[in-house]
Amino acid sequence: MEVQGSGSIIRNPVFVEMAGIMYRENKHAIKYIVPGVLIIILFIYIPVIMNFRYSFFSWASYSKEKRFIGFENYIRLFHDDVFYTALFNNTAYAIISVVFQIGLSLIIAWILEQKFLGNASKFFRIVFYIPSVISMTVVGLLWQMIYNPNIGLLNPLLEVIGLRNLTRDWLGDKNTAIYAVISVSQWQYIGSTMMLFIVAMQKIPQELFESAAIDGAGGMKQFIYVAVPQCKEAILMNLIVTIVNAFKVFDEVYIMTGGGPGRSTEVLGTYLYRAAFRNNEMGYATAISTVLFLITFFISVFQLQFYRRQIGDSK
Amino acid sequence: MRKLIKGKPENIIKAGILILLGLYALIIIVPFLWMIMSGLKTNKELFLSPWELPEKWNFDNYLKAWSAGIGKYFFNSILVTVLATLLDLACSCSLAFALSRYRFKGARGLLMFIISGLMLAPQVGLISNYKLLQMFRIYDTYFAVIIPTAAFRIPFTTFLIWSYLVTMNKDLEEAAGIEGCKDWQALLYILLPLLKPILATGVLLTAKYAWNDFLFPLVFTENIALKTIPYGLSSMQSTQDTNWTVLLAALTISAFPMILMFILLQNQFIRGLSAGSVKG
Repeated sequence: MEVQGSGSIIRNPVFVEMAGIMYRENKHAIKYIVPGVLIIILFIYIPVIMNFRYSFFSWASYSKEKRFIGFENYIRLFHDDVFYTALFNNTAYAIISVVFQIGLSLIIAWILEQKFLGNASKFFRIVFYIPSVISMTVVGLLWQMIYNPNIGLLNPLLEVIGLRNLTRDWLGDKNTAIYAVISVSQWQYIGSTMMLFIVAMQKIPQELFESAAIDGAGGMKQFIYVAVPQCKEAILMNLIVTIVNAFKVFDEVYIMTGGGPGRSTEVLGTYLYRAAFRNNEMGYATAISTVLFLITFFISVFQLQFYRRQIGDSK
Repeated sequence: MRKLIKGKPENIIKAGILILLGLYALIIIVPFLWMIMSGLKTNKELFLSPWELPEKWNFDNYLKAWSAGIGKYFFNSILVTVLATLLDLACSCSLAFALSRYRFKGARGLLMFIISGLMLAPQVGLISNYKLLQMFRIYDTYFAVIIPTAAFRIPFTTFLIWSYLVTMNKDLEEAAGIEGCKDWQALLYILLPLLKPILATGVLLTAKYAWNDFLFPLVFTENIALKTIPYGLSSMQSTQDTNWTVLLAALTISAFPMILMFILLQNQFIRGLSAGSVKG
C-alpha cells in the first residue's frame, strides 16, 4: 500500500465509485436535458410534422383560411414540368459532385499524402481548403462576376488560350447555366472533402503501406488496394453527405441565377422558395418540401448508421 | 544502374504532378486575387483592363462598401453568430454532460433521437418554421434567426462533445465527488476547462455555419435592419448592379474574417473534421 499525495486515494477502489455517487440522482439530469431537447423538438421535429399536414391544404401566407384539398398538391406536382427540371438539376448536381468531391478529392488527398511533396503539401492543403470556409453567397457572387460576359474573367481567359469560340454568357445560356453553377460548387468543396480524406488516410497504420510496398505494389496499387479500402467509412459518409447536400442546394442557385434563365436552373430548394414566398402558394411549397424530405431522409438513414456504430463502440 | 533508369520516368511523373497541383492552386487563387484587385479599381478599369493592376489603388470602394450597409450587416452578423453559437454550445454541452455522466433508462435512445436531427434538412421545415416563428411572435427579430440556427446545430455539436466526454478520464470528478462537489459545479469548474479543445472546435463550426447562412435570415426576417452579411451582399448586387467594384470590395471584406480564422485556427478546424467526419 502506497500513499503518495492525493492521486493514490483516487485510484483506491473504495473511492472509485465517488463520481458515480455524484451522478446517482438521475432527476438532476433532467435540467440539463430539457432546454436542448425542447429546442430540437420545437424547431426541427415539429416543423417536419407540420409540413406534412400543410401539404394537404391550399393556403396563403397571411390569410387565416386553409382549404383541405387532399393529394391535389401532389397530383399537380407530378404534372409540373418545372418540378421535373428541378429533380433533373438536383440529380445532375449529385452525380457531378460525387465525381469531383469523392473521386477527384480522394485522388488529390492521396497525392498530398506522398512524401516527395514535403512542405509544398501543407501549402496546397490550405489553398485547396480555403474556398470551403467562405460563404456560398460570397463565392456565388464572385463567380457570377467571373462568368459575366462584360466584366468577367473567364471569357478573356478563354480568348488568351485560344478558345475564343467557347466564350459565351455562361449563366445566361440555358444550356450552360446549371453546369456553370454546379462547377462553382465543385470549386468550393473539393478541398473540403479532400481534407476529410487526408484525416482518414493519416489514421491508416503505416505498416500496411510498407508491406504492400514489399509485395511490389507501386503508388497506384497502394492507393487502390490499401488507401481506398481503409478509408471506406470516410468515403461512405462523405458520399451520403455530398448527395444529400446536392439535393439541399439553395444558396448558389438563388444567388447566381435565381432559377433562370427561364426556369432552367431551378432546383427543389429554389422552387419551393419561389412557390412559398413569390407565388404565395404555401400548400404547394410544402408538397415540394415533402419530396425533398423523402429524398434526403432516406439517404441520411445510412449516415445515422455511422453514428449508431460510434455510440455502440464507446460503451 | 537499374535504379537510374527507373528513376527517370518517376521524376517526370513527380514534376507533372507538381505542375497539375500548381495549376489547381492557380484556379483557386486567381479568382481571389481578381476579387481583391478589382475592388481597388475604378469601374472603367474593371471593364477595359481585366488583367492589369489598378492604376491607382482606390480604397474608396472599400469605404463605400462599408458605409453602403456592409458595416451594419457586419454588426448583425456578429450579433447573430455570437448568440447562436452561445445558445448551441450551452444546450449541447448540457445535453452531452447529462447523457455521458448519468445512467438512466433510455439515455442511448435519447442520444439517437438528438442525433437524428442531422437527417432533417433546414429546407424541409422552412415553411412550418416560418409559421411557427410568427405564432411565437419572434418572426422578424434577431431571435427568429438565432434560435433556429442554434437548433439545427445542436445535434452535431452534442455528438461532438459527447464523444469527447465518454472517453475522458473521470479521476478529477471522482476527487471532486469526495470533496462534496455538486454536479453543476463539476460541469462548470472541472469539465468545462478540460473540454476547451473540443468546445473550440464546436464554436468554430457553428460560428462558420451561422456567419455564412443565407436561408434563415432571408426567410425569417423582413426588416433590412436585421439582415446579416450574406443577404446584405445579395441585395447590394440587385440594387447597385452597376457598381461592381464596390460589390467586389464588399465581398473581400466579408470573406476576410473566415479566411483569417481558418488560417489562425487550422488545428481546431481539422479536429472537427476528424471527430465528425462531416463537412461542416
